[in-house]
Amino acid sequence: MGKPSIAVHKFSSCDGCQLAFLNAGEELLNLAELVDIKHFLEAGVADEYAHVDIAFVEGSISTTDELTRIQRVRACSRYVVTLGACATAGGLQALRNLDGSNTEWKHAIYAHPGFIHTLDQAEPVSAHIKVDFELWGCPVNGRQVLAAVQQLLFGVAPLEQRDKVCMECKRQHASCVMVTAGRPCLGPVTRTGCGALCPRFGRDCYACFGPAGNANTAALSRRLEGLGLTPADVARRFLFINNHAPSFNEAGKKHYRQGFSDD
Amino acid sequence: MTKRSVSIHVPALTRVEGEGSLRLRIEHGEIQELALDIFEPPRYFEKFLEGRRHHEVLDTVARICGICPIAYQMSAAQAIEQAFGLDPGPWVRDMRRVFYCGEWLQSHALHVHLLAAPDFLGFDSVVGMAARHPEVVRRGLRLQGLGNALIRLLGGRSVHPVGACVGGFFRAPDAAEVDDMLEQLRAALPDAHDLVLWAAALKLPQDEQAFTCVALRHDTDYPFEQGRIVSDDGLSVPIEQYEDHFIEEHRPHSTALFSLLHGAPYLVGPLARLNLNHDRLPAASLSLLRQTGMTFPSNNMFHSLLARTLEIHVAIVEAIRLLENYRRPVSPQVEVTPRAGIGCGATEAPRGLLWHRYELDDQGIVRAARIVPPTSQNQARIEADLRRSLRQFGLNRPDDKLRLRAETVIRNYDPCISCATHFLKIGVTRR
Repeated sequence: MGKPSIAVHKFSSCDGCQLAFLNAGEELLNLAELVDIKHFLEAGVADEYAHVDIAFVEGSISTTDELTRIQRVRACSRYVVTLGACATAGGLQALRNLDGSNTEWKHAIYAHPGFIHTLDQAEPVSAHIKVDFELWGCPVNGRQVLAAVQQLLFGVAPLEQRDKVCMECKRQHASCVMVTAGRPCLGPVTRTGCGALCPRFGRDCYACFGPAGNANTAALSRRLEGLGLTPADVARRFLFINNHAPSFNEAGKKHYRQGFSDD
Repeated sequence: MTKRSVSIHVPALTRVEGEGSLRLRIEHGEIQELALDIFEPPRYFEKFLEGRRHHEVLDTVARICGICPIAYQMSAAQAIEQAFGLDPGPWVRDMRRVFYCGEWLQSHALHVHLLAAPDFLGFDSVVGMAARHPEVVRRGLRLQGLGNALIRLLGGRSVHPVGACVGGFFRAPDAAEVDDMLEQLRAALPDAHDLVLWAAALKLPQDEQAFTCVALRHDTDYPFEQGRIVSDDGLSVPIEQYEDHFIEEHRPHSTALFSLLHGAPYLVGPLARLNLNHDRLPAASLSLLRQTGMTFPSNNMFHSLLARTLEIHVAIVEAIRLLENYRRPVSPQVEVTPRAGIGCGATEAPRGLLWHRYELDDQGIVRAARIVPPTSQNQARIEADLRRSLRQFGLNRPDDKLRLRAETVIRNYDPCISCATHFLKIGVTRR
């Protein structure tokens, strides 16, 4: 039996999650010994539809061409793993879904909008194909990615971390920025994985790892209003990096008016 | 001259950031069509910045690029502070330079070793190259890792760091963290030194050509985050006048806009910076450059690789200088009071000049945004270079050689789009 094979695919994204591999240093070379990297354009390997054991997908699905590509990726991969906020929840660019702004924004930016072939919605990969495992984060954490590779190669389902950032703050002995400084922290509803970075830097979490399990967004929304946030501010908090994730989308839309207006 | 008709289509360029492809059609020994197609899907950042508060902008624009998020954060912070009439002071300025040094180190080391060097040493990817040149690759990965560590010092993580804000930083590192970083930086100087000499000894194609360079230029320092916009044909303007001289065009084959200076293509990035600022190099980097025997300005585009390695050295020297004088401030940020206004920001991203403009209301809410990234500025230059480089290389060479040369030319600009190379389906028609 040959080495297990992997592929890394890019869709609508910033390339930052692929860096989990390209920034891994020696571990990248070690990984290349353990697995056969069949497709990874930025690393210089291209065989887009080679059959692989694990396909990592970065980016959301936002063009007609990407719709076709993602179906083919599914067809030639044993496991499909999404890599980060765009692939898992649509990413920042899914903000165009809020008011159906695709056409308007295209015309505002491009002199010849007819050349731009975007879909009206930017959506997570799971809106179009079956996904076996999702890695959250904007960006994903490199350790999580390499751990997931190892676990999948051993035939074990990767352990999903659904704890809240608050739990991580306690483990790290970080003082609570909401309690001590009145900051509108999203830690109580956000999944950990970052290591409670923002609170440790004295700032409020902005939910780049997406919703935690059993996120009580209604209670947090009331607390945010109690801290003096306007309804539009509350909407801005939830409708950000992971705006298309269902629990954040629902919580944000309760306070949202077109263009984040307060009127 | 050959009568053959050649059509080369590289549907997905490899070892570049983002998605691009190349179309090349040669008939009767002449290039009939040449286009670098950028089909990276648009994500409309400038539109969804509208309606966002000033303190959300840095976390938003970082997501434009995972490889140079700091550049986006720094240009945005500068623009918003200008609109608010805010001066964050010398400590913030110094630490922003240190932060930026981390990004240059990380991005340049990644490009030189993982993306560009395989072309010059004859490999498809760094994995193959590592087997034959393990020490070169390990040195590169160490430098890349050092850049990431330097970013983490101020930003917490290297991709989409969380430490910077309008007005400064959320947190100042303590003395012990800075000392530890200084030790790592000093230990890396020999690696950076050897890397420059290694790059100078590489057999790079000799391909002299005329082009216009554009970069920031500062009174005393090598440009990272401050300066006037200058060109080597005499332009020297404050950053607020960018739009008077540069325009963006939208062409059918690209989702990136083409920038032109007074109607003509121009170059931004490491070679342009070095050509315009070699007299601003730190003394140690200048003496290292002399040791290589190379002189700048250079009109060989392939000297970009050397410029990139020299800037790795500059970044380390500069970070050491700034951190040696480190003092923990009372507060790492100055207070921010929004006011209605327009502000511009321009900094030197690893790939070149990155220009931002924001219009904010009295609540500090963004009403309009404009962002001009380096790669759209280089796009017209890349196409112009391809036309003449391929002609110079010889259009009658075999298709795979032509394709590799074209890809090498493109990668030399370190375009931040998305990828493709060696396994391109190429369509060849001969008549």
